Amino acid sequence: MGHSTTEHGASHGSVGEYIVGLLLSIGLTALPFFMVMSGDFDRTLTIITIFVCAVAQVLVQLVFFLHMNNASEQWWNIITAIFVVVLVAILIVGSIWVMQNMNHNMLMGH
Amino acid sequence: MSNTSMPAPEAGYTGYIDGEHHHDMEGDTVFGFWIYILSDCILFASIFATYAVLRGNFVDAPLASELFELDYVAMETALLLLSSFTFGMAMLGANDNDRKQLYLWLGITFALGAGFLIMEIKEFIHLTHVGASPWSSGAWSGFYGLIGTHGLHVFAGMCWLVAIFYHLHRDGITTQNRTRLMCLSLFWHFLDIIWICVFSVVYLMEMV
Repeated sequence: MGHSTTEHGASHGSVGEYIVGLLLSIGLTALPFFMVMSGDFDRTLTIITIFVCAVAQVLVQLVFFLHMNNASEQWWNIITAIFVVVLVAILIVGSIWVMQNMNHNMLMGH
Repeated sequence: MSNTSMPAPEAGYTGYIDGEHHHDMEGDTVFGFWIYILSDCILFASIFATYAVLRGNFVDAPLASELFELDYVAMETALLLLSSFTFGMAMLGANDNDRKQLYLWLGITFALGAGFLIMEIKEFIHLTHVGASPWSSGAWSGFYGLIGTHGLHVFAGMCWLVAIFYHLHRDGITTQNRTRLMCLSLFWHFLDIIWICVFSVVYLMEMV
């Protein structure tokens, strides 16, 4: 039926793909947990590792579990996702920024 | 006006592409669901932002860094991550029209989801008992709001799984049920992705 290739966001994976995705995810989860739980790593290094691993794991899951790729049928999936990423960034960074500014002005007075 | 001659249509040509038409509907359903998931991302982003703003405001309530147990969180994470994997295996079963494999993996997914939810509820009860209740401070409100919303989504996903079991039992692996499974699998993987952000931003950052 040509079923497997033309749906939006719905191309299918293989067992191998899912297993690779699972192993990568386990690794990217275990590393930051290990660093925080052992407690004998530099704080800055640990924080950077947490964020790098989180972003990497989100990408791994998008590629290996949700099968996002640069196939042309997926163009709309990707363009909408990028739009939402921008919105999310504005929302989160903006909120923190505004509230920090406000806290600063409230506590310090002039 | 035009004098270009068109080739004669093939025998049986109706002007409609029947198979393709149905097919597009299916793709549109999944794409529509994808748009819903992206809007859900914005919901979670708002709650994450709220949590980020409130995270330091404990007032008299116990500090999160005194109460979080990372090995417990690691267990929860393992359950949810595995369930994402088993849902993928279930989808492969559906693609092969292998009903037994589909039921088996969906069943495991449901059990893992239930395990995750039970662990989360136990954690909530424990935290509330030791004084970190949702109403105790801004930071804990943000915590329960964020984790609770994610938990509610997992619960919704499990209800949906039950509905899909019913549909599969009634109709078998039809095109429509495949589309339903596709949407639920997107939803389930999405919840796992949100959880990655939760354990990184909430638990790990609080304990570092």
